[in-house]
Amino acid sequence: MHEPIETSTSLLFGRLGWNAIPFHEPILIYTFVAVMLGGLAVVGAITKFKLWGTLWRDWVCSIDHKKIGIMYMILGLVMLLRGFADALMMRLQQSIAFGDSAGFLPPHHYDQIFTAHGVIMIFFVAMPLVTGFMNYVVPLQIGARDVAFPFLNNFSFWMTTMGAVLVMASLFVGEFARTGWLAYPPLSGILASPDVGVDYYIWSLQIAGVGTLLSGINLIVTIVKMRAPGMDLMKMPVFTWTALCTNILIVAAFPVLTAVLGMLGLDRLFHTNFFTNDLGGNAMMYVNLIWIWGHPEVYILVLPVFGIFSEVVSTFSSKRLFGYTSMVYATMVITILSYLVWLHHFFTMGSGASVNSFFGITTMIISIPTGAKIFNWLFTMYHGRIRYELPMMWTVAFMVTFVIGGMTGVMLAVPPADFVLHNSLFLIAHFHNVIIGGVLFGLFAGINYWWPKAFGYKLNVFWGKISFWCWVVGFYLAFMPLYVMGFMGVTRRMNHFEDPNLWIWQQIALVGALTVACGIGAMLMQFYVSVRDRKKNLDVTGDPWGGRTLEWSTSSPPPDYNFAFTPMVHDNDTWADMKKNGYQRPLRDFVAIHMPKNTGAGFIIAAISAVLGFAIIWHMWLLTGVAFVAMMAAIIIHTFNYKRDYYIPADEVTAVEEKRTKLLEAHA
Amino acid sequence: MKYMKHCRGLLLLPLLLLAGCNTVVLNPSGDVARQQADLVIVATLLMLLIVVPVIILTLLFAYRYRKGNTQAKYNPDWDHSTKLELVIWGVPLLLIIVLGAITWISTHLLDPYRPLQRIDEKRTIAAGTQPMIVEVVALDWKWLFIYPEQGIATVNELVTPIDRPLKFKISASTVMNAFYIPSLAGMIYAMPGMETQLNAVMNKVGVYDGLSTNYSGAGFSGMRFKYHGVTQEDFDAYVAKTKAGGGALTRAAYLQLEKPSEREPVRRYADVDHDLYDAIVNRCVTPGSVCMSEQMHHDMQRVQIDAAAKAQQAKAGETNMAKLEAEVCVTPAEQAKGAAQPTISMKK
Repeated sequence: MHEPIETSTSLLFGRLGWNAIPFHEPILIYTFVAVMLGGLAVVGAITKFKLWGTLWRDWVCSIDHKKIGIMYMILGLVMLLRGFADALMMRLQQSIAFGDSAGFLPPHHYDQIFTAHGVIMIFFVAMPLVTGFMNYVVPLQIGARDVAFPFLNNFSFWMTTMGAVLVMASLFVGEFARTGWLAYPPLSGILASPDVGVDYYIWSLQIAGVGTLLSGINLIVTIVKMRAPGMDLMKMPVFTWTALCTNILIVAAFPVLTAVLGMLGLDRLFHTNFFTNDLGGNAMMYVNLIWIWGHPEVYILVLPVFGIFSEVVSTFSSKRLFGYTSMVYATMVITILSYLVWLHHFFTMGSGASVNSFFGITTMIISIPTGAKIFNWLFTMYHGRIRYELPMMWTVAFMVTFVIGGMTGVMLAVPPADFVLHNSLFLIAHFHNVIIGGVLFGLFAGINYWWPKAFGYKLNVFWGKISFWCWVVGFYLAFMPLYVMGFMGVTRRMNHFEDPNLWIWQQIALVGALTVACGIGAMLMQFYVSVRDRKKNLDVTGDPWGGRTLEWSTSSPPPDYNFAFTPMVHDNDTWADMKKNGYQRPLRDFVAIHMPKNTGAGFIIAAISAVLGFAIIWHMWLLTGVAFVAMMAAIIIHTFNYKRDYYIPADEVTAVEEKRTKLLEAHA
Repeated sequence: MKYMKHCRGLLLLPLLLLAGCNTVVLNPSGDVARQQADLVIVATLLMLLIVVPVIILTLLFAYRYRKGNTQAKYNPDWDHSTKLELVIWGVPLLLIIVLGAITWISTHLLDPYRPLQRIDEKRTIAAGTQPMIVEVVALDWKWLFIYPEQGIATVNELVTPIDRPLKFKISASTVMNAFYIPSLAGMIYAMPGMETQLNAVMNKVGVYDGLSTNYSGAGFSGMRFKYHGVTQEDFDAYVAKTKAGGGALTRAAYLQLEKPSEREPVRRYADVDHDLYDAIVNRCVTPGSVCMSEQMHHDMQRVQIDAAAKAQQAKAGETNMAKLEAEVCVTPAEQAKGAAQPTISMKK
């Protein structure tokens, strides 16, 4: 038993001192220098092109769901680079640390890297990308002009971003948790982890979690209350359906995360004993609670992506989606079942056989609606006319890859089989199989699919294909060896190996990771080339793919108000139905449109909350108090802001719409 | 077409693995792990029944219904078929019913807490055979094994006779670990202040790897040990040699051993404090600390005393109430007498 380690703290700086800056870690110093230089270049460019005003007014303060959606995507892609850099370092370490070689990362650094990799990839890559799509696409699909609470949307985004900022800060000031991405106590307790790492973990997730929860409420209200006339629930596009279910999951699950991290924080700060070894604490409660959030989280990520695939398959097969109703019911069934399976993450914790079987069988049952979805996509392709544009390529790669991940998932759901595979590289291979092969492939399909809508031009196909092949081949090379090593009894989170038999598999996995790196490089290249050649790939119609849902009925990019007139809905493939029945764009009699107004309050409150989080992490109690008061003041001041809306005058609407008419005629 | 290439490779992958010789999880030497490996294979084959057709159909449809193939049927409004929906939901359902039944049975049969029924496929265990007990403690970052029957203890080395049922009682000192010998049986968490159990048997003489499979901090990667499955005679010799080797694992020695250290060499103790393991599980090795079991016993007694006192009070209250009622209750007849009696009635 350790005694609590008392560190000297000062009122102003808490436990922060020069020793918190990792001067002794050359990797971090180089990273820091590179980040600083990159940052200075960006600041310089913004200053040179006089973009500060635009940046602040049109982006930071924007409450337009489209701009917020794009900002979520940028956040997710930037954090993907960080999370992937961590992945590369891990693969490199594991490929060289054999026998006498200790590799290049000492445990102190390596353990932070795998923790940060998991936290970043789930919370700050997958979540922002998924939320970004829901923000951008849902209002357009349901014929709305914005989300239900536009200011809240801006605030949610900035809270998520501030969480990411805190995680990034831990790179250069102090350190990150060395506990694994779910920070199980007692390891994450104050006795085993006395430093700031776990506090960074707790507070970055608490701040980002507020954003996620509010965004969930916002989108539920949007979908329930703001659908265009005629769009009853069973006429909603499938992506909107999956978004609805996802946000229900978010609203039900994230408070559990907040509560459990809150209790862990109390244990660490005020020596309560929820999860400690002594005085009646019990770490098993933490493990249960975090997975009661954690398992629905998996479906929070994958459901919207199922929605993306549904849209893509039907669009590029030029065919109605097969089994719309069963798709919707499958989504609902998954939503409910996702709450009944959490214990399968710890069959090995010693529950009785009946408890384990129950959770094993509920887990298997989820594969039924999931399988139904796969079959529905399959039969959408059947008797279709499939165009192999990039989104469709990602979809086919997904269908093949995902069923393999699903199969290994069901294997892990059989408790006695899990006893020999749990925590092994087999498990790592399984969840990367479903998260990369499922979530990430879907997000890439979505990026290629909706990019023309968001920016008015298509993405470059050549670099897109290079990226696609690098990702797909790289994924198989990187993770199939992990399945094999799982069968060889290799466990996760190791920074050194004795068994020379593993060497060859580690090298293959490293080659795979490098291939994926090429895929990411090609994707960045794709974005660059597409922006450079945007004139060549212009989408003037607003409907570059022969789309079927409402977002394709408006211009690309859509005007601020999305739709000059709210559309009427008669069919679940609304836009396909409108096109078939000879829909005419309204050309006159435009009226003024009521819109919400931009505000900087969201950014300011979120920024103060990041300061508050930082102050608590470092025990700077004076700053904590000041930041808390400032945050409350900012919130109260914002409530007195009555200038929250404005009208786009009818003339302006007419001008925008006439411009589009001319553009359409010029290209007719 | 391009997809086809690496997918074929993938389908072959499980088969290649089965043939592989160093995949210890699929080729273990202990009966429990053997059954678990069989289950992995059965589950895989069952799943392949549905996965293989899906992959083939995906590739087939993706190829046949490509835009360039104008020969293929195109039916843009076809979006429902009750028969197909029945198949789509029904076939996976049947599969899961089969797999679910297998799961229910195997989870109960292979429950780590359940005493073994057999030594291997052919040999059952004679009635009344007691398993050999090994107490396992995960320390930062090494493994302590206590053999209560033999009265010895070892660090980072486990030796047991083959074909003898084993019962591991597992705990930890500070953080969570997991106890796993892939060739013997599945893993189970080792948690401080708690005890988990694992029943297993080794069938082949050999030296096997054991490790922690739940990340436990800086020294985690080095938290490995060798497990020796030996014959009964060799085991007896090993015990005798350890006994002769001297050294005792007293509480004081344990407190020294418990301190974090990495990649410890093998240690053997000829003697071990009798109730050391219980003290570890109850977190009271340090002199003067109160054992959890004792604390819980006290708490329970206190609760019982409290409850008894409350019951007593409640009973007293009832008696009083009855008395009161008898005093204050007045029947209408009595009231009619007009005497200056209280008029409150406690009865409904």
